[in-house]
Amino acid sequence: MSTKNIFHLAALAALVILVQMGTAWTETGYYLTQLTMIAYYSLLIIGLCMLMGYAGQISLGHAGFFGIGGYISAALTSHNFAPYQSNPFVNFLISNGLLVGRTDLYGETLLSFHPWPACIIAISFTFITAFIIGIPVLKLKGHYLAMATLGFGIIIYRVVLATEAFGEADGLSEVPGFELLPGLVVSGDFDARIENYYIAWGFVLLGIVLLLNLTNSRVGRALRAIHGSEEAAQAMGVNTARYKLYIFVLSAVFAALAGVFLTHYNGGVGPSETGIMKSVRYVAIVSIGGMANIWGPLIMGVILNFMSLRGLLGSYDDVVFGVILILVMLFAPHGILRLNVWSRLRLFFFPTPAKSSPLKENQ
Amino acid sequence: MTTALFAQYLFAGITYGILYAIVAIGFNIIYNTTGIINFAQGEFVMLGGMIAITFNALFPLPVAIILAVMTTMLIGAAIEMIFIRWLDSPSVLRMIIITIGISILIRELALHIWGESVRALPYFQGNEISSVRILGTNISPQVLWVIGTCSVIVVCLSIFFKFTSLGREMRACSANRVAATLCGIDTKNMITFSFMLSAGIGALAGCVMSPITYTQYDGGTGMAIKGFTVAILGGLGNSMAAVAAGLLLGIIEAFSISVVPLAFQDAISISILLIILFIRPHGIFGRSDIARLKEF
Repeated sequence: MSTKNIFHLAALAALVILVQMGTAWTETGYYLTQLTMIAYYSLLIIGLCMLMGYAGQISLGHAGFFGIGGYISAALTSHNFAPYQSNPFVNFLISNGLLVGRTDLYGETLLSFHPWPACIIAISFTFITAFIIGIPVLKLKGHYLAMATLGFGIIIYRVVLATEAFGEADGLSEVPGFELLPGLVVSGDFDARIENYYIAWGFVLLGIVLLLNLTNSRVGRALRAIHGSEEAAQAMGVNTARYKLYIFVLSAVFAALAGVFLTHYNGGVGPSETGIMKSVRYVAIVSIGGMANIWGPLIMGVILNFMSLRGLLGSYDDVVFGVILILVMLFAPHGILRLNVWSRLRLFFFPTPAKSSPLKENQ
Repeated sequence: MTTALFAQYLFAGITYGILYAIVAIGFNIIYNTTGIINFAQGEFVMLGGMIAITFNALFPLPVAIILAVMTTMLIGAAIEMIFIRWLDSPSVLRMIIITIGISILIRELALHIWGESVRALPYFQGNEISSVRILGTNISPQVLWVIGTCSVIVVCLSIFFKFTSLGREMRACSANRVAATLCGIDTKNMITFSFMLSAGIGALAGCVMSPITYTQYDGGTGMAIKGFTVAILGGLGNSMAAVAAGLLLGIIEAFSISVVPLAFQDAISISILLIILFIRPHGIFGRSDIARLKEF
């Protein structure tokens, strides 16, 4: 990893710590709740950024993967398996410690999956789904790819909405916390707010390290070649289908992980999390941030999600996203952070471009 | 299954199928002249219904519908002029995101103008309980209105594209834009006109379906996806095939209710879309060698 990336990561880590200290100092700790949620959404966004920015493949179905992760984990950890104790399979799960007992609000004992196996099942399921869906979907291009992924998202939404085990329109609630390590629980518990904030951003940092390493490897170069021109990449001996599938599955797993953790953090999940608008919103954030760079979408994701979660946009929430999306795509298709404001202004006032600029472009 | 029940499903299938076909033709018209899929196509259907309901408070029904169609056509033209006309050969990804943005914008504006409530135009003839007896089953006269109007639209469009000079110019535009420009056809105006036309027929479909399916601010998305499925099923750009594909999808959907729960109806039609995309992306009636030359 280059020194520049290490510097960026250190800056992000420092910022995360500074923000926490700032909220502690100004006694605005309630901001940490939204910042934690934002961190989990960011996990999804950096994954999608890899798919859209580096490999150049659009996905309008990522809320579906988020939903698969969140819903499976929520259903397994909150569903009570106690009535099925006589079933040999359930017995097998109990004897292996996969099912654990806990008491609910009314003092009754519930028997449900421990979050770890539930998480592993959810991620494996996402992995398999993304793999199976990815093989045919990624053969498509342009409009067809967009519609196919959108269709996948809608199917997940419809299935969730129509399945009783997933709570239909009400979604699932009373999802227990996720005990990562003894004493370290991902939950919306008021006392554990600061811990959770650090856990969430720790995941984001880990994710970024992983993705940055990937982009600077053989795989990353292959993906950029695919983005540039799929035919050319293929001619150079890059197995385009395989690399596209890898990155699709990877970004789906990122989305599912975000879903699992956010569900345990919020203590519930609803069908709107899997809706089309959510997928569109993720795509919007990635495109606004400028696609071929993890930091742009991350920054825009934090800003926009913060405004949205704090309710600053009111009932104009989706309108704001729509307008920003259109404006960015019309005037700055490479993202607003890549809009070279200085050179634009200079060109505006002094129409002859400076001598050094063409050289800089080549570098 | 009794004959009456069979006829009931069949009519439901034809009604929805021909509506999907109309939306699909809207997709095709814009796709043919510009090479882009207008993801906001479903919003034209919703707008048509909503505007007609608003005008219906002031004018008699036929006038309200004509005004609604014309207003939606103007909106379609305005969208093209503001967002698309001045873009210089934009990438497909960029156009997808822009049209999705436009559809969000229209939907949310509709939410702020008309609210969340479900509305409907009055029945064109009779009311909710009046019925016509055909093939041993009772169907609403509105169903006949839908089938009739949509058939007229299809016939008029094919006459328009075959026998009028404007229609021929639009076809020239879709065949080869550069050559059309060389022949003195103003391709930019043709694109604006294609947006108007597809907004107009979308709006008309929205008006005739409103009494049966109701109109709500977010109703456009579902129609757009079904319409797109049908457009793909028939082969993108082929309007006559879209009618056949629309009827096919509508009838499959209607009969699927007798097998699986209603809640999964959308999932079924989208699964059909996915399967078609995977195995025959050029559509049932399309030719693969032609499709390969096109840019999706």
